[in-house]
Amino acid sequence: MKYVLLIVSNLKRHVLRTILTIACITVAFVLFAYLGAIRTAFSMGVSVAGADRLIVRHKITIIQLLPQSYESQIEKIEGVEDATHATWFGGIYIDKKNFFGQMPVKPEEFLRMYPEMKLPKDQMDAWLRTRTGAIAGRTTAERFGWKVGDKIPIQATYWTKKGGDRNWTFDLVGIYDGDETLDKSNFFFRHDYFDEARQYGQGQVGWYYIRIKDPSRAEEIVKKVDATFANSPAETKTETEKAFVKGFADQAGNIGAITIYILGAVFVTILLVAGNTMAQAVRERMSELGVLKAIGYTDAQMLALVLAEGVFIAGIGGLLGLYLGSLAVSAGDPTGGALPVFTFTPRDKVIGIAFVFALGIVSGLLPALQAMRLNAVEALRRE
Amino acid sequence: MLVRVSDLNKTFRRGAEVINVLSDLDLQIDRGEFLALMGPSGSGKSTLLNLLAGLDRPTSGVIEVAGQRIDSLSRKQLAHWRARHIGFVFQFYNLLPVLSAARNIELPLLLTNLSSAERKKHVATALDIVGLTKRAKHTPRTLSGGEQQRVGIARAIVTDPTLILADEPTGDLDRNTGDGILDLLDALNREHGKTIVMVTHDPHAANRASHHLYMVDGRVSNEMAA
Repeated sequence: MKYVLLIVSNLKRHVLRTILTIACITVAFVLFAYLGAIRTAFSMGVSVAGADRLIVRHKITIIQLLPQSYESQIEKIEGVEDATHATWFGGIYIDKKNFFGQMPVKPEEFLRMYPEMKLPKDQMDAWLRTRTGAIAGRTTAERFGWKVGDKIPIQATYWTKKGGDRNWTFDLVGIYDGDETLDKSNFFFRHDYFDEARQYGQGQVGWYYIRIKDPSRAEEIVKKVDATFANSPAETKTETEKAFVKGFADQAGNIGAITIYILGAVFVTILLVAGNTMAQAVRERMSELGVLKAIGYTDAQMLALVLAEGVFIAGIGGLLGLYLGSLAVSAGDPTGGALPVFTFTPRDKVIGIAFVFALGIVSGLLPALQAMRLNAVEALRRE
Repeated sequence: MLVRVSDLNKTFRRGAEVINVLSDLDLQIDRGEFLALMGPSGSGKSTLLNLLAGLDRPTSGVIEVAGQRIDSLSRKQLAHWRARHIGFVFQFYNLLPVLSAARNIELPLLLTNLSSAERKKHVATALDIVGLTKRAKHTPRTLSGGEQQRVGIARAIVTDPTLILADEPTGDLDRNTGDGILDLLDALNREHGKTIVMVTHDPHAANRASHHLYMVDGRVSNEMAA
């Protein structure tokens, strides 16, 4: 602690230079937080997907439907614990830009399949009582200011009602929630109402969710399911939920790799900026460092003093950047719905803090070694 | 006897050329002595001062200070030894411009186990000795050359070192201000019993010392009482 004043005082030597360096580091870590949230948004579904859940879809493409009768056949397959289905609705709420996922499901089966979705019991009961009932995730409900009891109009882009009417109106009976890794942007309504009211496609669904008893047998059950429907008019492709979600995410490109490349470039630049600042700061006060050595500072103390300066600068800039980045991320998804899980995760925060200190140490290392190896006699001669 | 130097040699290499800066030098300094090291540029006096300070190592020979041989100590041991035994006064003061006078004086004390309150007490005493109590919070930029050198002397004495080494302490000052600094060194020697070795070109400054040592080409040319 007694050396803190000495370290801080050295930063006051060129206030503008110190501020600019700290500002550069701050910007880098704001980017780290923000790009981290984007990467998480694209990969979160993959990382939190249940290991015991499989997805069964049409072998050719996900937009082709499967018979609803498959459900009972799937449930009979040995190793399958539970099965339910969903269908992509793809409607528009007021404006195209208000995107969020809408799917008709069987309420009890679906919530049994996804126990991580939390819905109060009275709202579940209301959903079971109300054929036109729907539930929305907290993110979407807050985004549009929906309350339980509201009528939610959705205009169909594909699933018209009998008679050609595109306007579907749902009664919002519940708002589901969950931890930060849960996608809380979706909107679910009852399949029985949808199936009865739609103009075509009765008896058909988009895909199936399967819960298996033993995740280690996933590969075996995948083969069994697909074998069951082989050579039928609607052959299936079964995969783990992780692979399914990853397939969706990969449609937008390898976002994880792109964000890592961008962050890598940013950090290399910042390392050069901070390293140059530290090198310059040490170079211009060689004689002062020589004095410290002359009065008895050891090589290790010199190394520690200069390293501490680097860590101090990186610490102020980096932690400020992480804080501001965290605030920016908490302001919400910048796309207005395309990134439903937009969060700066605790794991990324810890990695960020580790990067802050690593940046401080690496940027200060060369000047610190220079200070450590400094010959006091030569340094004093430079005066 | 506080300092004993015998058969001291220091050579430097400049390409293939070997330069003997100090040759077979013998020297003894008694406790409480105020020694002026004189001689022309390149005579080896600053090199000798650096060797006595443990800032440099001899090529051969013995340097003993207060009964301890320092010529064979490691870099780390020498650093610890300097912190305990040496107070260095520089020609150009060499204060840290970002620190106040008091904080500059405190720098050697950071290497000790003294508490903050104890350090402040030592700093106050040193400031009082050099007559700068009222300038404690001033940064070097706001002090005159003479005041800066007084701060430099306070920094050198704050740990109560065994030996004070001064390298041209008045070299950057006018005659009047330089006399004030010499008065202070004289007082430290006479009133506080400090042993001082001062390198100087200035015969006027050297006259304030109790002993003179003249060096020519790395050897002691003459020694006489003042």
